Amino acid sequence: MPVKEAHNRNKVLAVASSGGHWVQLRRLVPAFADSEVVYVTVIEAYRSQVPENRFYSVNDATRWNKLGLIRLALRLAWIIVKERPSVVISTGAAPGYFAILLGRWFGAKTIWIDSMANIEDLSMSGSRAGRYADLWLTQWPHLAKAEGPHYGGSVL
Amino acid sequence: MIFVTVGSQEPFDRLIRAVDEWAGLCARSDVFAQIASSTFRPQHIEFTHFIEPSEFNRVIQEARVIVAHAGMGSIISALELGKPIVVMPRRADFRETRNDHQVATAARFGAQGTILVANDEQDLPERLDHALTLGNTDRIHAQASPRLIATIRAFLEGHPYRLDPAISADRSNAPIEKTALASFVHEDGNTVAK
Repeated sequence: MPVKEAHNRNKVLAVASSGGHWVQLRRLVPAFADSEVVYVTVIEAYRSQVPENRFYSVNDATRWNKLGLIRLALRLAWIIVKERPSVVISTGAAPGYFAILLGRWFGAKTIWIDSMANIEDLSMSGSRAGRYADLWLTQWPHLAKAEGPHYGGSVL
Repeated sequence: MIFVTVGSQEPFDRLIRAVDEWAGLCARSDVFAQIASSTFRPQHIEFTHFIEPSEFNRVIQEARVIVAHAGMGSIISALELGKPIVVMPRRADFRETRNDHQVATAARFGAQGTILVANDEQDLPERLDHALTLGNTDRIHAQASPRLIATIRAFLEGHPYRLDPAISADRSNAPIEKTALASFVHEDGNTVAK
């Protein structure tokens, strides 16, 4: 049995693509007050917004760009092997999808928070990644279901 | 200065053309637009294709009014600064986005009165004129609702997630002030204010 650290501090890998996904992820920061946070996003210039944290940039990709998806998945796998996070959290989209799957594979607890932009339906990445996440959240009460996603507040 | 942004991904010429025409008619020389990979060249407004995040932050802080597509990044950024924002949603039938999620976003936030919505180009001039009569509003706090923070904290601390809202409310141990949008999502999680 590995000996747990006394304070049992979580290492959170926080993953989001650009724009609204990143803005929503940044609003979750107070929830990580007792954790070490490592950020992963698709825009290198966001690094300066989180100077206290470790930071990785990855390529963005959509489901129409298979080669891009493979490259993204490999890069995320490398990051997860290197960082060994205890928790992976994402607000979307493609980078978060792979981070949740790979994080789960490597034993992390996983949280998917579907973007607030998805008011009528879950996102494509959300409906796929969410079911693999240990905590699957929508930000809209009317989208919550008993089997998930659940509603537990919103970024606003 | 009026700052127009279409986000970093796809162009949104319908919005840029409409703002450009309006600026021409009003003889305004203080409009600056970020137009992404558009081939349309505005005649009456200054523009750039892409903008670095630090520059985006500087410009948006200086702006009196923000005009944007109905993306969450643009909307939240404006609300965090307490700036009036006019949004026009991208539409799937014009191939401006994959689905009509921006139409839903605009309708939902517009009904709250927290943003101004132009459904299309015809609506835009009036909304712009209206926005210019508005001053800054209260800034919202730069953090998620107390309930979402509590939900995530409870999970990180190893408490099993339960649907009973009282559980997460109990765990909201920090004195987090309510945001200007507190009425937006009721803390009981059952209803969304109309």
